[in-house]
Amino acid sequence: MLEPQTGVPLNPVTPLTAPFWDGCAEGELRYQRCTACGTANFTPTDLCRGCTSRELEWRVSAGLGTVYSWTVVHRPVTPSFTTPYAVAIVDLDEGYRMLTNLIGVEADAVREGMRVRVDLHGVGGERVLPYFRPQFP
Amino acid sequence: MGHSRGVPGPRGQSDKGDRKGHDAMAPESHPYRDVVVAGVFNTAQARRLPGHTSASITVEAVHGALADAGLGLDDVDGVSAADLSARLIHDLRLGPAWRGTQYGLGMIAEAALAISAGMCDVAVVASGEAGIHTDRAATAPWTRPENEFVIPWGLFTAAEFALVARRHMIEYGTTEDQMATVAATIRNNGHANPEAVYHGRGPYTPADIRASRPIAEPFHLLDCAMTSEGGCALVLTRADRARDLRATPVYLLGMAADSYGPAYQHPPAYDLAGRTARDADDRAGTVGRRAADRAFRTARLGRTDVDVLELYDPFSFEVIRQLEAFGFCAPGEGGPFVADGHIAPDGKYPATTDGGLMSYSHAGSNPQMLQRAIRAVQQVRGTCASTQIPGARVALASAGGSGALFNQVALFGTERP
Repeated sequence: MLEPQTGVPLNPVTPLTAPFWDGCAEGELRYQRCTACGTANFTPTDLCRGCTSRELEWRVSAGLGTVYSWTVVHRPVTPSFTTPYAVAIVDLDEGYRMLTNLIGVEADAVREGMRVRVDLHGVGGERVLPYFRPQFP
Repeated sequence: MGHSRGVPGPRGQSDKGDRKGHDAMAPESHPYRDVVVAGVFNTAQARRLPGHTSASITVEAVHGALADAGLGLDDVDGVSAADLSARLIHDLRLGPAWRGTQYGLGMIAEAALAISAGMCDVAVVASGEAGIHTDRAATAPWTRPENEFVIPWGLFTAAEFALVARRHMIEYGTTEDQMATVAATIRNNGHANPEAVYHGRGPYTPADIRASRPIAEPFHLLDCAMTSEGGCALVLTRADRARDLRATPVYLLGMAADSYGPAYQHPPAYDLAGRTARDADDRAGTVGRRAADRAFRTARLGRTDVDVLELYDPFSFEVIRQLEAFGFCAPGEGGPFVADGHIAPDGKYPATTDGGLMSYSHAGSNPQMLQRAIRAVQQVRGTCASTQIPGARVALASAGGSGALFNQVALFGTERP
């Protein structure tokens, strides 16, 4: 069964990305929605990727989506990762896309189109990461 | 499968002699007509080059390429060496000199344009890396993304490219066996190449590739590039100086590049597309498609005019993907195309004949890209020590790949465009 990591490398939070990470720590998966054109934006940005507007507001995602692609990794990028781990691209129902790791599923049971939900886990320090697990266990 | 070289390319593009968009372009207006690749050189390539730094191995490559051209440092008035450009200009006392800013195959086109535009007369394009990959518990430094939204998920280049390969498997039924055929073919070219880091390591069958340990599914160890150290360089100059040169002059016939954004910051999604998409097939999974169309258009050549494909091979799947994106077979047909032997040395489109990143060398982020062009030049010169394609006159080189959201395509030949 794939599980969350502990002690993974992290890059510093910036003023632009702080609302996202603060949300994770508070139990919310946040994204930016453009009030001008409605585009859902992720990763955090200062310009809407749909229309270049600066009118972006933070919203809370329902945290539900589907697996678009994935790879089960057996050779870790650094020794701080425990293998195997499953890197995935998840399409969120609100219309944006995230890189993540899948947990709570056997490595060989991951399928394209699998429904998943966010599962927030602390990985050491203050940081909480948005993992995803099967929506219907 | 009915793949043959006389068949027009997919997507309705006419093949040989496609001059669409060039009706008003007189022959003498070709952007690289007055420029030649006069010298090429690879230093020794090895897992480690003790005593060398990136700068020292790059300078060794510069000397080698100048000697190949019959020129010397005193002739050089242009330098393109990525992060080392300014240092080389200063430390080799080349100033005042033109300084390039591009990377990969873009360095060659940029230098050619600088010569063509009268900004310099002799440009060296060089790159080398040594002493960089010291922490062997981790993957090579240039394969590890550092973006805030990527690093905690344990991505590295193999995983990034695997995410694209997986979508191709889902959409088209591409198999691990087909990918393994690519890896075995290219590694066998390296096995035969006395200058390859993994010379004599083979021969390999597709079963050998699949029996190697898994790295990032669907990739096994032998589906992936190795890491090594080494340097390489090219010398470009004005065509009217060619009579003073030692080696057969080679022309850049066309070059173009596609980008979908910064590498290793956003999900490498197969269906990422932008405003410039010409149709449903212009998406990140086919990156390089537009570049190939443009490079062939500049060269006034069709796909069937190409004798050898020095394809960028960071991972086996990427060769299948580029064969489709560049128009050598239709979308989704890349797997069967390689399984039918098309990229073998005796096939219709021999690929990556020096052994590529998998077996020849993968010395840092930039040398590996330039080395595809160096091999293309050696092929059309007819000077390859192994896997020389008889009578090769036009060679394609590529660099960059889908997992990194960019791809570059260049065409080289001995005939003046």
